[in-house]
Amino acid sequence: MKKILILGAGTGGTIMANKLRKSLDREDWDITIVDKHKTHYYQPGFLFIPFGIYNKHDVIKPKANFIPAGVNIIYSDVDKIVGEENKVLLEGGKILNYDFLIVATGTRVDPTETPGLKDELWYKEIFDFYTVDGAVALRDFFETWKGGRLVMSIAELPFKCPVAPLEFVFLADEYFTKAGIRDKVDITYVTPLPGAFTKPIATKMLGNLLKEKNITVIPDFYLESVDNKEKKIKSYDGQEIPFDVLTIVPVNKGDDMIERSGMGDDLNFIPTDKHTLRSEKYENVFVLGDASNIPTSKAGSVVHFAAEVLFDNMMCAIKGRELRAKFDGHANCYIETGFGKGSLIDFNYETEPLPGTYPLPGVGPFGLLQNTKMNHYGKVIFRWIYWHMLLKGKELPIENEMSMAGKKKS
Amino acid sequence: MAQKTIAGVNLEVTDEGYIVDSSQWTEEIAKEIAKEEGIELNDKHFEVIKFIRDNVDAGLTIRKIGKSGIVDIKGFYDLFPGGPLKVSTKIAGIKKPASCI
Ligand SMILES: Cc1cc2nc3c(=O)[nH]c(=O)nc-3n(C[C@H](O)[C@H](O)[C@H](O)COP(=O)(O)OP(=O)(O)OC[C@H]3O[C@@H](n4cnc5c(N)ncnc54)[C@H](O)[C@@H]3O)c2cc1C
Repeated sequence: MKKILILGAGTGGTIMANKLRKSLDREDWDITIVDKHKTHYYQPGFLFIPFGIYNKHDVIKPKANFIPAGVNIIYSDVDKIVGEENKVLLEGGKILNYDFLIVATGTRVDPTETPGLKDELWYKEIFDFYTVDGAVALRDFFETWKGGRLVMSIAELPFKCPVAPLEFVFLADEYFTKAGIRDKVDITYVTPLPGAFTKPIATKMLGNLLKEKNITVIPDFYLESVDNKEKKIKSYDGQEIPFDVLTIVPVNKGDDMIERSGMGDDLNFIPTDKHTLRSEKYENVFVLGDASNIPTSKAGSVVHFAAEVLFDNMMCAIKGRELRAKFDGHANCYIETGFGKGSLIDFNYETEPLPGTYPLPGVGPFGLLQNTKMNHYGKVIFRWIYWHMLLKGKELPIENEMSMAGKKKS
Repeated sequence: MAQKTIAGVNLEVTDEGYIVDSSQWTEEIAKEIAKEEGIELNDKHFEVIKFIRDNVDAGLTIRKIGKSGIVDIKGFYDLFPGGPLKVSTKIAGIKKPASCI
């Protein structure tokens, strides 16, 4: 009996467990998946919790619901991967051997990386919305807030779902407008990037939208520390920004287990071949999703597209063949822009987000880099697709590789 | 792309002034680009520049340079004021680091 071991039963690990179990004979292949938590979080839903649009129960389900029969699931903390010996140590000393390993342990936020962040004001006037607890605490705060300076700050690159903090300020604009206190709320978007986004055309579109909504952008701000007494954030080059409430995307890191295994870069992301998705260190170890260092967005849509490629390559690897499938870095992100509208970006390693229609040229129904009601529905429907199709590894009616059809090159 | 003569060498540079072929880079060229940025290079600068050139393939971040053992992040900002990564990579004769999102 040969063994495939999957670490992490989040978006990527769950998709792979489903795809592999469907294709591999149970007599020949044992599949095991390990996760430290029993709850599956729909992370894109966290964004809506502070504004009372979703509550906690809308974003959680038991992990076991999504793991197919015939896959062993173990709830335990992974202590360490010993790649030289093809084995994984679990907390408490249990040892799991493998023929092939898939690492899908994602990324998490680490507020302790920034001095003063997780301090006196943490979850009182400083919040993250990248965890359920942070999002719920922020909702409670907003419910009684009378207004003041709201500062949205990003601590470090890369961070998962790079559009989420933008969506957050757009939704805040709507929320405080509807609460009748928008004139008392000053919204500032602080980023280490040179503009609202990385790539020029999307930056321009999103920059204009921020301006329209009266949201101030402070670019090139690399966060050094937070001053809890004076309620200010400080950058390494001496800039200071005062806040009444600070919402933060803390430093994103791969799990500490990656560091213990000696497999990570300086932020515990695993060096991975960006086309084949094989780890650069071990032939029989693959990396899926946020845990890798591939140069594209850390996003669920990317994980979904990459899973198709990884599946093909696993099938090759199992048969001892050369890896044939090549990931193109495809990402597809709906961007909530407030007041029932949304935008959409679609891009890959080579092509920056361009305007146009998606997925059908001229027809859509979604508008790329346009602000439409339809795009908002895309985001709303995504939650249903995520629970019912994506996690189960079902085919979605969109192409895995990015397509130029419908995109306009100016 | 454009042509530019730096320290007597004719080089191809990007619209933002980054040298396209990093193998053509010399310390003399670095000094001249630095001067345009208002920086007089010292030994510390060159240590950082060497680290940058050695680590270009592994991906560069400000945090990584802060962990290099040569300078901390604050020191990096002091050496290359403004956007330290943007400025230092230009002087080091490598491509402008792309933020991956
Ligand atoms: C606020 C927010 C909004 C987002 N919005 C979007 C969006 O609109 N669209 C989109 O496409 N994506 C979005 N994302 C991103 C998306 O949720 C992630 O990119 C995706 O879930 C990553 O999947 P993954 O499998 O790589 O990691 P995850 O799904 O995070 O799974 C990692 C799993 O590994 C487990 N694990 C980690 N370490 C260990 C260990 N040592 N031992 C045992 N188990 C371990 C964890 O418990 C977890 O279950 C958003 C994320 C956030 C936070």
